[in-house]
Amino acid sequence: MQFSSAQARGKHLWLSGDRRQLYPHSLQFYLEPPTENISLSEFESLAIDRLKLLKTVENLGVSYVRNSDQYNSKLVSELRKLKFPYKALADDDYEARRKDHISHFILRLAYCQSEELRRWFLQQEMDLFRYRFSQLTDNLMQKFMEHVDLSFEAISEDLKNELASELSTSTPGFTMSKVKEQMFYKVGLADAVDLFRARRVFIKDGFAYVPFKDIVAIVLNNYRAKLSKALALTARSLPSIQSDERLQPLLNHLSHSYIGPDYSVQKSTGKISLEQIDALSVKSFPLCMRQLHKALRDNHHLRHGGRMQYGLFLKGIGLTLEQALEFWKKEFIRGKVDADKFDKGYAYSIRHNYGKEGKRTDYTPYSCMKIIMSNPPSQGDYHGCPFRHSDPELLKQKLQSYKIPPSGITQILDLVKGMHYQLACQKYFELTHDVDDIGFSLNHPNQYFTESQKLLSGGREPKKEVSNSGNTQQKNNSQESMNSNSTPTSSNTTTDAELEGLEAYFTED
Amino acid sequence: MAPFEPAALPELLPVFYRRLFPHGAYGRWLSYGGAVKNYFQLREFSFTLRDDVYLRFQSFGSPQELERELQRINPYKIDIGAVYSHRPNQHNTVHLGAFQPQEKELVFDIDMTDYDDVRTCCSSADICAKCWTLMTIAVRVIDRALVEDLGVRHRLWVYSGRRGVHCWVCDDAVRKWSPALRAATVEYLSLVKGGAETVKKVNLCEPIHPFIRRSVGVVEKYFKAYALVGQDILGSPESWDKVLALVPDEHREPLQSEFPKKRDSVQRWALLKDRMERTRAAAGKGATPCYADWEIMLQYCFPRLDINVSKGVGHLLKSPFSVHPKTGRISVPLDLQRLDQFDPFAVPTISSLCHELDTAGDAGEQEDSGETEPKRRVRDYKKTSLAPYVRLLEQFVEEMERARRGERLRRSDLQGDF
Repeated sequence: MQFSSAQARGKHLWLSGDRRQLYPHSLQFYLEPPTENISLSEFESLAIDRLKLLKTVENLGVSYVRNSDQYNSKLVSELRKLKFPYKALADDDYEARRKDHISHFILRLAYCQSEELRRWFLQQEMDLFRYRFSQLTDNLMQKFMEHVDLSFEAISEDLKNELASELSTSTPGFTMSKVKEQMFYKVGLADAVDLFRARRVFIKDGFAYVPFKDIVAIVLNNYRAKLSKALALTARSLPSIQSDERLQPLLNHLSHSYIGPDYSVQKSTGKISLEQIDALSVKSFPLCMRQLHKALRDNHHLRHGGRMQYGLFLKGIGLTLEQALEFWKKEFIRGKVDADKFDKGYAYSIRHNYGKEGKRTDYTPYSCMKIIMSNPPSQGDYHGCPFRHSDPELLKQKLQSYKIPPSGITQILDLVKGMHYQLACQKYFELTHDVDDIGFSLNHPNQYFTESQKLLSGGREPKKEVSNSGNTQQKNNSQESMNSNSTPTSSNTTTDAELEGLEAYFTED
Repeated sequence: MAPFEPAALPELLPVFYRRLFPHGAYGRWLSYGGAVKNYFQLREFSFTLRDDVYLRFQSFGSPQELERELQRINPYKIDIGAVYSHRPNQHNTVHLGAFQPQEKELVFDIDMTDYDDVRTCCSSADICAKCWTLMTIAVRVIDRALVEDLGVRHRLWVYSGRRGVHCWVCDDAVRKWSPALRAATVEYLSLVKGGAETVKKVNLCEPIHPFIRRSVGVVEKYFKAYALVGQDILGSPESWDKVLALVPDEHREPLQSEFPKKRDSVQRWALLKDRMERTRAAAGKGATPCYADWEIMLQYCFPRLDINVSKGVGHLLKSPFSVHPKTGRISVPLDLQRLDQFDPFAVPTISSLCHELDTAGDAGEQEDSGETEPKRRVRDYKKTSLAPYVRLLEQFVEEMERARRGERLRRSDLQGDF
C-alpha cells in the first residue's frame, strides 16, 4: 500500500479523536488506502462480507431494474445486514464506513488479477456507487462532488437565461421550460467526453453546459476511470503481496469466491438409498448432476472429470463409501468394465475421494464457481456446468425435453447470454420446483440439492409472491413484508457453517 | 515560376535547409517557451530520405542541433511526432512499455480526395481553383468551432503542399489531451457519415444543435459561388438527380417536375430552399419540418476529417515548411485574414525559391564570411516569396509567447508576487 500525506493526516485525525472526519461522506472514491493495522481474521471477515454484498448487487442487477423500489429496498436490507453504510444522512456511521473502506481495498487485491475479475469487480462497485450516490440529497451531492474535486460550477440564473435557447436545442429532452427548471453546470470538456462527442450538450469556450441529470453520469464515469486505473496499478504491485503467505491463500479463494458450506461434513450420511437416485436426479439434482447421472446411466461410464464432479456430489448428498462403491461398480459393469478391473482401478479412486487412500484428505464436493471456472469439458465429457459449457441450442433442446415452459427457457438463455450461469441455474430451480423466487443464492450443487429436498418435503415455505404463506388474515400484507418475512433461514445456517468451515478454505478443493 | 522537377531535390534541399527553412521561428515554436524541461529534447521527428528511406524516432538536444542535422541530412520530408516520456533517439534503451507518447498538438488533416463523391471538376490528387473552395469552407467551419466551441486559441493552419490543409492546435492544455478526447472532438466535428454505399450522408432532425446551425451559416456564405455557379450541381438532369436523391420523396417529385422549367442552378436552388423553409415555418401546424436544403449543403461542402490522424497522440504529421516531394511546394501557413484569396498554385516551390535566391544576387558565394549564421539566414529567405509565410509562423509563435507571459503575470498577481 502506498504511503502518503493522507496517511499522516489520517493518523492525526484518528489520534485526535474526531474519527468522523475520516469518513465525512457515506460513500467515497476509495482514493486512499486504509492505513491501520487489523487482525488477519478481521481482514478475512471484512472481505467476505463485501464479497457477499457485491454478489447481492450482481444478483439484484439482473433480477430487478436498477433504482426500482424493489432493487433499492433489497439492497438496503443487504447493506444493513452486512453492516455497511446504508443511510446517506447517518450521523455516526464510522464503523460502517470504515468497513466499507477497508473491505473495498482488500477485494481490490483479490480482483485485480485478471481482466475478467477486474471487469466483474468494476461492474458491481459501479452499481453500488450508483445506488449510494442516487440516495444523496442535492446538498450532500454537491458537497460530495466538491470533496472529490469534481466541483462543477452551477451556472447562474442570468447566464442560464442568456443561453436558454442554445441549451434547449443542444440538450436532448430539454424544452425551454425544462431548462428553466433544472440546474446546469459548467464542466470541462474532458469530464463530459461522452456527451460532447455525441453533441448532446451545449459547449462554448471549451466548457460543456451539463444538466443535473447528466452530472450523475459524469461522476460515475469519473469513478469508473479512477477505479479502473487503480486496479491496473494494483495488479502491477501484486507480486509483492502474493509473497505474503498469510494473504495469498485467502485472496485466491476470494476471487474464486465460494463462500458457504463446503458439504464435506455430511449431516445426512446414509440417508439416501441407491434406488432413490434416479428419481432424485430428476427432482432435486441441479442440471449438471442430472446430466452426469443420465450420461452414466446411458453409457455405463464416465470419464475422470465426470467421476470427480459427480462422485463428490454424491458423497455430499450423503452416499457412504460402501454405497458409492456399489453404485459405480454396478453401473460400470454393465459397460465395458469387468468387476476385476473395477476393483483394481476405479475403486481405488473412489476410496481416495473419501479420504481412505493416499493423502487421506477428505475431498470436498465442487462448488459452482469451481465447476464453471476450472477443467472445461471436452468431447466425450459430461462434466462442467451446462449453462456455461453447453451450446445454447443443445441446452435449449435439453430444457425442452425436460418440459420447461418456453418462456422459462427464454429467460434461462438470456441469463446464459449475460454469463450469469448460476442465476440461470437458479431459474432452472424455480421452474422445476414451480416457485417464483428461489429464496437463496445458489453457489453449490449440494446446496441446490439440500434446498430442493427441503422444499419438496415441506420443510420450507414455497415463495409465491401472490399467495399467502398459510395465514389468511395476513392477505393484506404488502408484498415487501411478505417477502422479508419468508426469507428462508438457510442464510442463518450458512453463516454458522461458514464459521465452522473456515479452515476448509485452506484445504484442497 | 520555375517548373519543379523531383529529380532536382538532392541539389535544392541543401540550399533550402541552409538558407530558406525558418529554423529560428520553428525552434521557438516547438520549445514552447522552455517552460517544461526537455520538451524539445523529447520530441520525435521523422525524416524521409531519397528512395523512401524512412527514419523514425529522431530527436535533438536543441533547435540548433536540429538545424545542423537538417543541413547534414537534407531530408525530403519532415514529420513531427509526439513529445515522449524519454528521448526518442534512445527509445531502444528503455524498458518496453515505459516509452510512451505524452503530449502532442491536436492535429487535423483535411484531404481533397475525401470529397471525390461531391466534386465534378477533379478527382483524387488533382485540385483546381474551383474545388479549392472546399478547403476554404473546411478551414472556416472548423476554425470557428475550435475557437468558439472548444475555446482554443493557438492554431496554425497549413497548406499540405498538394491537395489539402492541416491544422495544428497548440494550446498548452490541448497538447495534453487524451486520445479519447481527441477522438471525441473529431466526432463532434463530423456531420458527413457513410462511404461509397451510402447515398445520403447527412441526416438532420430537430432539435438542431448550435454547432450544426452555425456550421450551416458558414457554408451558406460560400454555397452559391462554389456549388451553384462553380460546380453547377443543379445544372443538368444528371447532376440534379443526384442532389434530389437526398430529398424526401414527398418533396422530390414536385421539385423534379419544376426544375426543368428553371434556367440555372441558382434558380433551382431557390425553389428547393424556399420549399424547405416553408416546411420549417409551418412546423407545428401538421407539416414535418424538412432540412433537406441544409443536408445538401452539408453533404456537398462540410469538412470531412480523418479521425485516425487526430486521435493518436503518437501520430506523425507532415511538418509546416516541409517540402512536398511530388509538387515541390512548401507547406506554408495559411493567413486566416486572407483565406479567401489563398491560391494553392501560387505557393512557392523549392525550385522557384532557389531561383529567386539566384536572381537576388548573393547566391551561395558567401559561405565562409565572417558574418554570424543567423543574420545570413534571416536575410536570405527574406529576399524570397517565402518571407510572408515565415512571418505568419513568427506571428503565431509571438502570439503564444505573449499569451504565456500574460499567464505568468496573471498567476504571479494571484500569488501576490511582484
